[in-house]
Amino acid sequence: MNKKNKTAADAARVLFLVLVLAFLYLPILLLAFYSFTGSTHIGAVRGFSLQNYVTLFTTSELTDMILGTILLALGSAFIATILGTMGAIGAFYSRRGVNAFITSLNQVPVVNADVVTGFSTCILLVVVLHISKDSYIPLVAGHVTLCAPFVFLSVMPRIKQMDPSIYEAALDLGATPFIALRDIVIPQIVPGIISGFALAVTLSLDDYFIATYTKPATFDTISTYVVNATKGAQTSIKTALWALSTVIFVIVVLIVLGMNIRSMRAEKARLENSVRRGGANV
Amino acid sequence: MSFSRKSLGIPYAVFLLIFVAAPLIVLVFYAFTNGQGQFTMHNLSSFFSDPNTLGTLFYSFAIACVTTAVCLLLAYPVAYILAMSTIPAKSVVLMLFVLPMWINFSLRITALKEILNVLEGNLAMHPFLNAVIGMTYDFLPFMILPLFTTISKLDGALREAAMDLGADSLRTFLQITLPLSVPGIISGVSMVFLPAMTNYVVLDMLYNSTYIMGSLIGSYFAAYNWHGGSMISLILLALICLFTLLTGGGEEETARGGALL
Repeated sequence: MNKKNKTAADAARVLFLVLVLAFLYLPILLLAFYSFTGSTHIGAVRGFSLQNYVTLFTTSELTDMILGTILLALGSAFIATILGTMGAIGAFYSRRGVNAFITSLNQVPVVNADVVTGFSTCILLVVVLHISKDSYIPLVAGHVTLCAPFVFLSVMPRIKQMDPSIYEAALDLGATPFIALRDIVIPQIVPGIISGFALAVTLSLDDYFIATYTKPATFDTISTYVVNATKGAQTSIKTALWALSTVIFVIVVLIVLGMNIRSMRAEKARLENSVRRGGANV
Repeated sequence: MSFSRKSLGIPYAVFLLIFVAAPLIVLVFYAFTNGQGQFTMHNLSSFFSDPNTLGTLFYSFAIACVTTAVCLLLAYPVAYILAMSTIPAKSVVLMLFVLPMWINFSLRITALKEILNVLEGNLAMHPFLNAVIGMTYDFLPFMILPLFTTISKLDGALREAAMDLGADSLRTFLQITLPLSVPGIISGVSMVFLPAMTNYVVLDMLYNSTYIMGSLIGSYFAAYNWHGGSMISLILLALICLFTLLTGGGEEETARGGALL
């Protein structure tokens, strides 16, 4: 292939990537732009305004809904992380049959459609067991059911990678099983626990279906609120949601940037370390 | 009783029995009973004899197939170009494609709706097209990620060997790269196909009032018809099982969970 052809092919590749990125980001960015204006729909030109952000952070209906969503996500993720982590450790050290049983049940909410998970949770807890939705028990239970299996899946590989002899050594040196677990096993699987927790939070934040089928009538998550609001709420609320979308976008970008910078630093430190040690580990 | 690591699994096992196994059992019971608690096949037979529900099944399939195909056609080149490129900040560029999955989907669809409104004038004019665009917009990152993971792990030596043996780049791609990336394709397809059959909110928000399988559950739920809704859930579960069997299964968690792991 000659050089000119190669440059053209490269340009075509870059163009394709840019087009797909434009498809993914243009709607969000355009909405972000219009969130800083007084426009009520895209295309209408109005001047700069922060009204949407004022509405977003001063309307109690909106702030309650945002706070509720965050609390629900953190709470369910917390419970899901404890359950899922314990489950993964327990399953790994159990007999093969028990392990297979837990692992396959764990797989059900993962492959299942969220609509079905939400509906079946609602049937069992609300219709059969008569637990009131206003108690928030069905909602939290539903979200924990959605999240815990993913924590389990993110912790399990860490346990499998662990060197079992360290735990045995701790026991030989007189540690009780509990102390060995706390000081030896848990520290080694922390990265899996953290990423499981983060995954649980994002799953809960993004959920619409499970919340719809299990939430109290007076409570809304961001998803359920936005879906109802687009079916014809007041314009001021609608455009305040543009501001919310922008705020979330900025937060996600910052978190991802932070994670990337941290992992790049860690990578750099690892490389420098191994260079110092004569490159044996590269 | 002394503490053992095994016993840590007990709370989670109990949890799974109560919140995963029990709801499924209740679902089966409700699907095959009527309001009086008597056994009936009516819910099943009415689904497969009612042209409306069969139409819904067909429409869901159509939307899911087209969405999956569009996602694959967009995601494969993206994943391939990224995986094969030698740019330094590859992980950052990949992040750009994956990042939207962490933004609340209802807000993203709201943004898309505003744009489509401007482009099309009247959203109700193109319901099928909008549904496909909306779902593609929603699910594309979930297709890119597993494809990228699979393609970037491929052994470059195989491609070089094929080239050395005289295959041109097209043939190398068709006979080496594409077959070896099938696991990524399967994983990506399973991430998109099922949500595309059930995520009726995307259709709702884009003013497509046609039902898909998920909407049926939603409408039975709104009408307090637990028996009808259970049957639809059961049919969906059967489809999921079939799909998992067909694709070999077990890959899904890597895709949905892979973003953060």
